[in-house]
Order: sequence, then C-alpha cells, then structure tokens
Amino acid sequence: MTAVTTLPAPVSTSPTLRQFKEAFRRHPTAIVGGIVLLLMILLALLAPWLGTVDPQAVTPIKRLKQPSAEFWFGTDMLGRDVYSRVVYGARVSLSIGIAVAFFSILVGLSIGLVTGYLRWLDAVVMRVMDGLMSIPPVLLAISLMALTRASIENVIIAITLAEVPRVVRLVRSLVLTLREQPYVEAAVAAGTSLPRILVRHILPNTTAPLLVQGTYICASAMITEAILSFIGAGTPPNIPSWGNIMAEARSLFQIAGYLIFFPGVCLSLTVLAVNLLGDGMRDALDPRLARRM
Amino acid sequence: MTATARRANGTGALLNVEHLTKHYPIRKGVFSRVSGQVHAVDDVSFWVEEGETLGLVGESGCGKSTTGKAVLRLTDVTSGAISWRGQRIDALPAREMRAHRRELQAVFQDPYSSLNPRMRAEDIVAEPIRNFEDRSPAEIRERVASLFERVGLRADQMVKYPYEFSGGQRQRLGIARALAPNPRLIVCDEPVSALDVSVQAQVINLLMDLQDELGLSYLFIAHDLAVVEHISHRVAVMYLGKIVEITDKRTLFANPQHPYTEALLSAVPLPDPKAARKRIILAGDVPSPVNPPAGCRFHTRCPVAQERCRIEAPAMRLTAPGHLVACHLRDGEPVEAP
Repeated sequence: MTAVTTLPAPVSTSPTLRQFKEAFRRHPTAIVGGIVLLLMILLALLAPWLGTVDPQAVTPIKRLKQPSAEFWFGTDMLGRDVYSRVVYGARVSLSIGIAVAFFSILVGLSIGLVTGYLRWLDAVVMRVMDGLMSIPPVLLAISLMALTRASIENVIIAITLAEVPRVVRLVRSLVLTLREQPYVEAAVAAGTSLPRILVRHILPNTTAPLLVQGTYICASAMITEAILSFIGAGTPPNIPSWGNIMAEARSLFQIAGYLIFFPGVCLSLTVLAVNLLGDGMRDALDPRLARRM
Repeated sequence: MTATARRANGTGALLNVEHLTKHYPIRKGVFSRVSGQVHAVDDVSFWVEEGETLGLVGESGCGKSTTGKAVLRLTDVTSGAISWRGQRIDALPAREMRAHRRELQAVFQDPYSSLNPRMRAEDIVAEPIRNFEDRSPAEIRERVASLFERVGLRADQMVKYPYEFSGGQRQRLGIARALAPNPRLIVCDEPVSALDVSVQAQVINLLMDLQDELGLSYLFIAHDLAVVEHISHRVAVMYLGKIVEITDKRTLFANPQHPYTEALLSAVPLPDPKAARKRIILAGDVPSPVNPPAGCRFHTRCPVAQERCRIEAPAMRLTAPGHLVACHLRDGEPVEAP
C-alpha cells in the first residue's frame, strides 16, 4: 500500500464550475445582463455615497423641478429629490426580489423534495399547490397584503407564497425523474438511507435548474412588488420603492412625465438584466431545460 | 459442477428464490383505475450457491432485470419468497433490509447513468463504506485507494469526476463500489453490454479474478450467450417472465432440452464462416407480457408445440441430475420447486 502516501489532494474542478465558465464565454447577453445587475446592486449598496440626499426630505418650495444639474432626475410634488429616491428605491426592489427568490426556493425545495418521495403526501400537497396556482400571483399577493399591515416583510411573505407553487412543481418533477436514475438505485443498493440519498444524490442535481428558476422568480417578484406598491397595497408609502415613486407620480403624469420615466427605466433594466442572466444560465447549465421551463 | 448444484431445491443455499412473481399494474383514466397487469416475472425459482456464478439469460423484456431488482429489493415483489442465508428478505422493512445490503451488492448495466455525475470517484466508492462502517476519513481513503488498484484503476484517479473516465473505467468504478463493503453476492445486471467487445473481456476477466480471490457469488444477468458461457457455472434461461431451463453451463450449451434454448443457441454465430449449422428461425414476435399466452408461454412460437402446450402450463421437470426443464415434451420427474 505504498500508493496511499502519494494520494493527490482533491483539486479537480466541479462540473458546475466548468460548465459555468464555458457558458459565459458562449452567451454574451448573459454577461451583459450580469454586468447591469451588478451595477444595480452596487447602486443599491453604495446609495449614501452617490451624491444623494435624504430621499424623504421634503422641501415644498422646490417641488416639481425639471431634471437639472442640482436635481438630476428632478423633484416630485413634495420637493423630494427623485434621483435619491430612485437610488434608494433600488435597495427595496432588489432586496425584495432576492429575498423572495431565496425564500420561495428554500420553501419550495423542502416541500418538493418530500412530496417527490412520499406518494401519499404528494396527492394532498399538490392539490393545495394547484389551488394556489389557479389564483393569479398578483391577485393572491394583493389579498394576502389586504389581510396584513403594509411592510417590506409582509410584501416578501405575500409574494413568496404566490411563487412557492411554481418551485414545488419544478422540484417535484425533478425529484420524480432523479429518483428513477440508476445511480439513485445504486445508492439504495449500497445501503444509503433516504435522508442521505436526498441530500447527496437528489439535491445536488436540482441546483442548476433551481438557480435558473431563482432568477426568474427574482425578476417577477420585483415586478409584483412594483404592481403592489403602484396600487397602494405594497411597500409603505414612506419608504421609496420604484413602485411607490411611480404610484405617486401617476396623477402628475401629464405635467411631470420624468417622475415616472426614471423609476420605470430602472425597473425595466433590472428585470431585463435578471432575465438575460437567467436565460444564459439555463442555456449554459443544460440546454434541455429550455423546454421544461 | 459440484454435487450441490445437482440438487433439486435451494434450501440452505446463499440465495434462494422461490416462486418469485412481479406484476406491474397498468393504470388508466382519471381515477388511475388498474386496467391490467404486466406479468414481468411469473413464478420464477432458482438459487445461487456460495462462490458460484448463476447466469440469467433471455431476450430483452423477459423479466431478467426485474428478477435482479427484486433480489436487491429495489422493487417490491408481488408474491414469492427470497431467502438470503436462509432468512426471508422479501418483506423486510427498508431499515432491516439495509443490514443485509452490505453482503448483497450490485453492478449496473449503464456505466454512465449509474454513477452520480456530481460526486468524485472516491466518494462514489466510499459511499457504501461510510454507510456500514464507522471509520476515520484516512482509513476510508486508504481502503478506497486499495479498491481502486484492485479493479485496475490508479489511486491518483480518485479525485476525478465520472465524466473524466472512459466507459470501461466507469464500470471498474461500479465494481469497486460493489466490492467496497465486502459483499458475498453481487447482482450483475448486464454489466458489460454497454461496453466495447475488447473492454467487455477485460471486465469479465476482472469479475472472474475477483471471484477466485474473494469467493464471491454472482447472479449474472445478460443477453449475450458467449459472455454467459464464459463466466457462469450454471445458467438459467428466461422467456416471457418464466425460467424455461436451468442447468450447469456445459450441459446447457452441449445438450439443451427446451425448444427455446435450442433456438437461442442456434442463433449464436460460429467463429468459422464455413461451418454449417442448422439455424432454428422462430416465427413471430415475443407475445405481450400484459396478456401472456395460456399454457406454455412459448407455444405460440415453438416449432414442436402440441395441443397440450396450448392448454396446460408445463411444470419444471428434473430430466437429469441438476437439469431442470419446463417442457411437456421432455420426460422427467416433476419438481415442486426447482
């Protein structure tokens, strides 16, 4: 057993990382999306240092100013600086998008893994999910918001609940395919227990499609947040979010169109960037996924 | 063959399968009503001795892989008994079955899909060791390294992922995984049919060397008669969910008794192109296992079928010591369980 002393350290790159590098080389749109998204995240993180003032500071004397050197994006009807509000609004929109993506994947993954394996539970849970899916996500989120107080946490919970059924369906379908894979049978034959099979064999093979689904959820959550805020059922009005800024500017649309223009452009750009990134990752990780999602 | 192979039932053998039956329900419609049954395996009995290779041959769809899965408890059986060292394992709860899995391992057909693409080779081979033994990571690595060398892989390949191996190397990995917990019996489900012929021979020889060295038993499932002839001690021939003939290798290839075995053997190409042989061409297709023919399942294609074959299912008969045939046209003492 002399060979044992010369065993190499585990250095081989994982298939996921290798696929990623290869993919981004071949999908320039994904890179563009990634860069735009990165800029937006930097914008949100560095908001206080980007020449902004307090986004909630009211100066009625300077209300409804056109965009100028002093107020880059102009001021609204209460004289608040729209540039500062849009930059701070990126924080709300992005954190809601990312939080919803994270929590709906977490919840959907746990439910999907279990229902994919326990058939008796599967029938019950999937009927509940079908019921949830039959209600349009925005409507479901509105009704959930109507039951609670307006706050960022409640917005996240409401949108997450509306997104979970889609994740459960995806995870369940993946588990149903994966559990029939010969290597899962091999693991059963090798005496591996069910929790370990789920963690070691099923879970790692769901990461790629879930990552892609996560970006779509992130994009759709940001839009849903904007819709909720626009109709006044979302983020509390004192917190600037892109949806809130647009909602307040709605009545002044014809005299101060720039109020709607800047948050609208930011929202569209961010959602587009997230979707481009998601499409690139989907094509990169597994071309066959294109048909499933 | 030893005297043990000449007995008429498998009581006391390492693995004893009696009247194994597996039906898959066919569900139809909105309410998943059961509209029929696929008779994948029907009343199959055989046994495997310590240190012996039993070959299980048949066309695709004849139920040989299902038989292997049932023995491994990867599928539940409809009826019948599977005994491991004299203890029934066919109805054991999953938790108790796990204790037996240590001695009962498997090598699968497809070397690509039977290895998790996201696990390193060493983790794949270490998995059964971790499941059954409480050892330190260093001890496990050492054991994995020696297994790698035993199956003809280099220890420095341990950190690689399955996609970095060739088909033959992957099958060696599969064998290393099966050997890891020191099993007594390995169910080999068509382990070489996905490989090139030259690689097939290497893998078969590796399996035979391991058997000599470790005293392993194999249940070797294959459709390639040449491979089965090379590796097996005894051979069971399956047709449409039933075993039609079972005997030691030499007798089967020299003196087949069942008409289906005769037809199967006559289809094996001879190495000498000038050698003439009477080929028995079977007419028609294998009937559907959803509605298997009444009587002898082979009667629809049998060149010598008689009226009786259409009505009455033939019992297993002991035509010679250790030679069991399920055919009305052969004389012999009927046996309850072969």
